Amino acid sequence: MPSSQDNKPTNRSRRRFLADTLRSAVGVGLVSMTLGVYQRQAIALPSTAIRPPGAGDEEQFQGACIRCGLCVRDCPFDTLKLAELGDAVALGTPYFTARDVPCEMCDDIPCIKACPTSALDHDLTDIDKSRMGLAVVVDQEACIAFKGLRCEVCFNVCPIRSKAISLNYQHNERSGKHALFIPVVHSDACTGCGKCEKACILDEAAIKVFPIALAKGVLGQHYRLGWEQKKQAGESLVSPDVPHEYNLPEGMRYDHAGEGLIQEQATAPENLAPPFSDNPLDTLNRKGGL
Amino acid sequence: MEKGQFPGAEAVKVNGWFKANRFLLLRRVSQVSLLALFLAGPWLGYWIVKGNMASSLTLDVLPLTDPLVFLQAILTGNPPVQAGIIGAAVVFIFYFLVGGRVYCSWVCPINIITDTANWLRRKLKLKGGTTFSRQSRYWLLLAILILALLTGNIVWELVNPVSMVYRGLIFGMGMAWGIVIAIFLLDLLVAHNAWCGHLCPVGAFYSLIGKFSVLRISAVNRQACDDCLDCFAVCPESRVIKPALKGADQKIGPVILSGQCNNCARCIDVCAKDVFSFSTRFSNQLPESKESSNQREVMS
Repeated sequence: MPSSQDNKPTNRSRRRFLADTLRSAVGVGLVSMTLGVYQRQAIALPSTAIRPPGAGDEEQFQGACIRCGLCVRDCPFDTLKLAELGDAVALGTPYFTARDVPCEMCDDIPCIKACPTSALDHDLTDIDKSRMGLAVVVDQEACIAFKGLRCEVCFNVCPIRSKAISLNYQHNERSGKHALFIPVVHSDACTGCGKCEKACILDEAAIKVFPIALAKGVLGQHYRLGWEQKKQAGESLVSPDVPHEYNLPEGMRYDHAGEGLIQEQATAPENLAPPFSDNPLDTLNRKGGL
Repeated sequence: MEKGQFPGAEAVKVNGWFKANRFLLLRRVSQVSLLALFLAGPWLGYWIVKGNMASSLTLDVLPLTDPLVFLQAILTGNPPVQAGIIGAAVVFIFYFLVGGRVYCSWVCPINIITDTANWLRRKLKLKGGTTFSRQSRYWLLLAILILALLTGNIVWELVNPVSMVYRGLIFGMGMAWGIVIAIFLLDLLVAHNAWCGHLCPVGAFYSLIGKFSVLRISAVNRQACDDCLDCFAVCPESRVIKPALKGADQKIGPVILSGQCNNCARCIDVCAKDVFSFSTRFSNQLPESKESSNQREVMS
């Protein structure tokens, strides 16, 4: 039959076409699955890798960055580099390692200007408002300020001096007469440039810059801080605002944050009646609390 | 082609070695000098071009952006910026004019690797290997676009060998040499033309531009063909030749219109009869009378 003879090659080619298509589809499906899983790992930024200024969160950044390296080229300090195959950072994306070369925080932010995508936020024009990461004093045991030694190098190299890192004076219990100059980082000013980490005098820095997502805690939205609510309202919201009363002998006052125990009468102490009666029974029978 | 003769040997005999390799040499010059432009900055301090093939800035004026990576970035939901839009438009228009897959044969660094693998395959007479559909690249192209859309990440750029090698040469290879070797071995041993002809979604994307692009290769002198098959042997997409070269009887014009043709012009090089030449898609008319008269002459 001529018809069946004609059909044979058609059937064979159709079968081959279907098999080819199926093979391609299955192969590509498997590759896509693998890529999808790999992608989940690739958006996990290592804690030492800091993105250039203007980069959003990691997911947004990797979606927008086309890995052209123009930011790297326009960085005048060779701070930025592109991740190579085998690095822990997503392939081809720009980052810097603060301990090697920190960001010098150029006023004109050339890296953002060079970016041909929205990976770096072109609306960011004030480098002090950039949030590349956040410095954290990670090791209070190793930081020599906590041992009572004078250092303050991180405080002094900070480009936003005394705002991003301030010194908190604390009593040195060991010597009993000195102060500890404790560095404290403030997230409302720290840009994450990494100069503190670079400058830390320890063999392994005690202050480190981490991506914000790793470094920053977030207070629950339902928290209301009484003193701030009071400042906002201009008066205590728990009425009435009763000043704390100390149960003291008559003629005595106590100033909590200032002078301490105060005798109200201006008379000399030796002329005053003693606060306690000679008769112990009077004290026991006194009205009010102890 | 005489039996056992290497494809192109006849053309060398007739036209001389230089003419029989002129477009191959030009392509290598194009590929190497483009790379040299990118390397002149970091290596020698002459900043003519900055960046890499994904996006670059020439002489601090002209932005160029790879339209495929641009498209993926848009699919992730991130708004484009002006430099990127202009750059992608310029590149798109350029390839629309000169042929989409001109990127593959005149620019892409991987092409040198796969061409070498294919040449060695012919030299060593390696046959066979796995076969799979040449349509796989379109599936892969679709997959990477969907992945960008679903994950919000330019997933393909995590593994893309094309951009990886180019970026690597300019910014640092890391372990990307392994990918180069893998693709070379894949093309040499696993399947003929496996990467560029079957898998690469970048080439697939450019072939879609090439479907409509202006500059084309035409078998304009097809009545002179002596069926030596040299062009089929060297063509990385040999199916695209047949309709143009042998379609006179079916009233098919001489211009190779398939977007998969990458305008490498190796067919022009190796043809001893000068059948092929560069042309445009608009000169695809059938020179009926002339051709049929020529055929009559050949027959008589």
